Amino acid sequence: MKAIMISGRTLAQGAGCECKMNPDFFKAVSICSLSEGDYKSLGLTDGKNVLVKNEFGQAVFFARADEGLPPGIIFIPMGPWANVLVGPDTGGCGPPQYKGVEVEVLPTDEPVLDVRELFAGIGRAKA
Amino acid sequence: MIIKGGIVYDPANGVFGDEMDICVENGRIVEDAKGEEIDARGLLVMPGGVDAHTHIAGKKVNTGRVMRPDDSRLGAEPKTAVCRPSTGYTVPNCYAMGYRYVRMGYTTAFEAATPIIEARHTHEELEEIPILDKGALTLFGNNWEVMECVRDKDLSKLAAYIAWGLRASRGYGVKVVNPGGGEAWGFGANVKGLHDPVPNFDVTPAEIIHGLAEANEMLRLPHSIHLHFNNTGKPGNYTTALETLELLKDIKPSRMRQVIHVAHMQFSAYGGTSWRDFESKAPVIADYFNQHNHATMDLGMLLFGSATTMTADAPLEYGNARLTHNKWSNHDIELEESSGVVPMVYFRKMLVNAVQWAIGLELALLTKDPWKVLMTTDHPNGSPFVNYPEVVSLLMSKPKRDAEMATLHEQLPKRTTLGSIERELDWSEIAVMTRAAPAKILGLGDKGHLGPGADADISVYNLRPEEVDASADHQLVKKALAVAKYTIKSGVLVSRDGEILATPDGRTFWVDASVPQADIDRLMIDLQEKFEKYYSIKLSNYMVQDAYVPNPVVIKAGSQDLRSEGVA
Amino acid sequence: MILEDVVCSFCGCLCDDLVAEVEEGKVKRIKRACRLGSSKMMGHGRIKAPMVRKDGELKEVSYQEAYDRAAEILLCAKKPLLYGWASTVCEAQKKGVLLAEEVAGVIDSTATVCHGPSVIGIEEKGLPGATLGQVKNRADMIVFWGCNPAEAHPRHALRYSSNVPGKFTPEGRAGRKVVVVDVRETRTAKNADKFVLIRPGSDYEVISALRMLVAGKGDFVPDEVGGIPKTVLASLADFLKSAKFGAVFFGLGITHSRGRYKNIDNALSLVAELNAHTKFVVMPMRGHYNVTGIGQVMAWETGFPMSVDFARGAAYFNPGETAACDLLARHDTDAALIIAADAASNFPRPTVEYLARIPVIQIDPYENPTTLLSEVVIPSAISGVEAEGTAYRMDGMALRMRKLVDTTYPSDEEILTNIIESVRRQRGTIGCTEA
Repeated sequence: MKAIMISGRTLAQGAGCECKMNPDFFKAVSICSLSEGDYKSLGLTDGKNVLVKNEFGQAVFFARADEGLPPGIIFIPMGPWANVLVGPDTGGCGPPQYKGVEVEVLPTDEPVLDVRELFAGIGRAKA
Repeated sequence: MIIKGGIVYDPANGVFGDEMDICVENGRIVEDAKGEEIDARGLLVMPGGVDAHTHIAGKKVNTGRVMRPDDSRLGAEPKTAVCRPSTGYTVPNCYAMGYRYVRMGYTTAFEAATPIIEARHTHEELEEIPILDKGALTLFGNNWEVMECVRDKDLSKLAAYIAWGLRASRGYGVKVVNPGGGEAWGFGANVKGLHDPVPNFDVTPAEIIHGLAEANEMLRLPHSIHLHFNNTGKPGNYTTALETLELLKDIKPSRMRQVIHVAHMQFSAYGGTSWRDFESKAPVIADYFNQHNHATMDLGMLLFGSATTMTADAPLEYGNARLTHNKWSNHDIELEESSGVVPMVYFRKMLVNAVQWAIGLELALLTKDPWKVLMTTDHPNGSPFVNYPEVVSLLMSKPKRDAEMATLHEQLPKRTTLGSIERELDWSEIAVMTRAAPAKILGLGDKGHLGPGADADISVYNLRPEEVDASADHQLVKKALAVAKYTIKSGVLVSRDGEILATPDGRTFWVDASVPQADIDRLMIDLQEKFEKYYSIKLSNYMVQDAYVPNPVVIKAGSQDLRSEGVA
Repeated sequence: MILEDVVCSFCGCLCDDLVAEVEEGKVKRIKRACRLGSSKMMGHGRIKAPMVRKDGELKEVSYQEAYDRAAEILLCAKKPLLYGWASTVCEAQKKGVLLAEEVAGVIDSTATVCHGPSVIGIEEKGLPGATLGQVKNRADMIVFWGCNPAEAHPRHALRYSSNVPGKFTPEGRAGRKVVVVDVRETRTAKNADKFVLIRPGSDYEVISALRMLVAGKGDFVPDEVGGIPKTVLASLADFLKSAKFGAVFFGLGITHSRGRYKNIDNALSLVAELNAHTKFVVMPMRGHYNVTGIGQVMAWETGFPMSVDFARGAAYFNPGETAACDLLARHDTDAALIIAADAASNFPRPTVEYLARIPVIQIDPYENPTTLLSEVVIPSAISGVEAEGTAYRMDGMALRMRKLVDTTYPSDEEILTNIIESVRRQRGTIGCTEA
């Protein structure tokens, strides 16, 4: 389904941001929240993942339902997983568009990458 | 070092254009010295300039910078081997602040207003200003503790609070801005006059001003209270000015100085009932200063062109913003003050601005005693300080004033007496207004003069006062004053022909006043309650720590006999 | 040992009432901190020693070797970027500006991906604001627009805004009205008196509509704006005007969305307009504990609050051109020093891909994805726990961060001082190889 992605802060993300190589951070920021209606209509259940993609890239996320979300809007905590979907254009003023990003969401059985796997493709990430 | 053969103006020591050598040793003026000789033969020599009222450091200055990248882009200068990069015109960065004052021959500048709770920020900026000696005046006109002490007529607790507040802010003196109005602005209101009670506090501005003046004298502070009148900037406000001055004429000063120093008198010398019939009341104000000896003023002269208004008079700034449809910053400070910042442009063809320009000059020329008048532009409210030479040349030259007036709004002569004033100030009077008087008014005994023991702050200008007719050749005056030939600070040659040669750190003057322990104990009960209930930070994190004032000059004062024990 | 009135070094709330229990040179317990603060202050796995990448692997080296290699990278770069700064103290930030001048580089802070648009909005309209204590003591209406303090500034409501009692607000939450405007119902929204659900990307139009309604020009407003019926907007406008003292707090919901700084520009105008009717103040919810500080330090030192390019020796400021993400997107920087920030995590992926191609120097206490890309890694002391210094709260209030425990790690200030020394020493003698 088509959706609008919002990325932003959460308590768990903030609490983990000084230990980003740690599994807790990974769990906190690789979750995609959907409205209850969207969660059901994609056939998602506990343990199922979603693939979110757009022109900039794609990534697999854990999925959960959030009753506060209107249909068509997904929320992903700020961090390297969300940023796979964010483009480099700053609109001529500095910040990329982290919120209001057009994406497509599909259910998937693919696993969520951990932090080292996520960065494996990039440059010199070998440490 | 010896500055040889200059034509020296040192009015505090009775020197009015005598040819003499000035000798320097270990950062002080001495009778005799050896060493490097600086050839100043025939050239104008004065003590280094002292600016007693300027906005150079702190939250509102920085807000001005942040909201005016347009201003920062002006005056951008790259770094040199000695200098950090400069930016700005009305709101220069800290480095430019120091370099540009020094290039003009100034060596001391005092930040006109800092709230106690934000003094840490003020000192961070003051520390980044190179070369100059400095200080900051601490705001007391709207603090809840002040108003409560005044309401309760508890003068000794008020004095204890001032002493404590100066220590907390490492401040130099008592600044009062639109007393009561800053608190009223907390809910968007203002006070209309001296006897208009402050909402929620049961005191009037008159009571606040009188109480602070009395406490100031109880504490024997080096400076008097420094007051920005209620109703500043409003047509017809000259009556508030006179009424306020009258309030204080029976207070005895504790030192050989004024009881009240008026900030930027120009902005409070207004007649008329609206901007339409706006006119100058400078003659009435000057007359009052001529008849009384308890008050001094700084001009707050307005010049045409760009300015940034910034003041603790937040309602005034809101008014400015609405009048000019301009961007507006406001900052209300819990339990203490409020403030605003609004960019301005002053136009020759705008009658109101032309009258304001004339008023500053009238005040200086009609007040007989130059020791009562400081030449300032309330930087950057009236104009940036780099334009001081323009003001001086206007004061010294009737032809220049006439030529200027001819370019202004044609109704101007009907609103001001400036056209009829013949007086032209001479170098002695200029030296008083820019050196000797500011030092005396502030109570800085080692500044503003060149007697033995004084700080070796000296300015030498590329102008021969015995040969130049300052009236006819006013362009030479302006040019010479804009770039000093030599500026010496604490005995170090820091600038030559506009080139900064060295950037030693300046020192920060602050006043440590002592009061009886019993008064402090009573005060702390109030303050502990305020910190517990109302402030958003803790008392233990409030006071400015030593780390922020690494080069202090601490002046002692106090209500106690200074020789006695039990000093807090 | 119990240390009181400790200042927290996590978010822009800069709470200064924490209590730390220190034993055997470690912080054993933190009281009063929220989850974010205690996670920071308690500390955990650190980078053990400086490292330099040799043959593709990070190898431990001495601090001096790390400083020299960092200096070499910066000297050999044509246009180095010095980025981050938001989670360190002003004393270090000042060194950063000096270093940027020394190497003719660009200095930029995390503000450019956060509240940079707010700064630009302030440049357009000014900031009608106040200190947080004014809100505590006077505000009877709080508006949270595009921010979620329940998750990002957990003690804000308790100490400064909706829940705290003050002099003219003795009833605390009971005496206040809370309005939340957001694209989703957040935890903050669940505690609001009024929650306004807005369509993503339509803040600008909604703010414009409110401005017109507040100014009595409601006839021009269409029946629906941003997914919100005009009747709701009209009643919201009246509601705002009914406040005795309103405080608007806004966050990344409007700085990151379509419109960016124009949303802030408009919001600032709305607050200015409200001041014609009643008293209103506005404040950006700054995320990091000293992002306000780097903006202040840069403004008083360089004239501009962020994105300053010293390539020509004088400060040049043009966000959209000189901000970190712009430079990286245009491939217009050839080395980066990243301090007190994690660019690899927080920049868009394509931007990070370019960052991975240039030499990166990291100064940080903790390992994070930026470490994976770094050429030089320099572990530092934790400001506010192991190193003292100045920080500025979201309302501009300056506080001094304490040192609670000793450490062998150098502070950010020391590290930068040493890099500057190495730059000065090596300048003119260094032979730079082509990348």
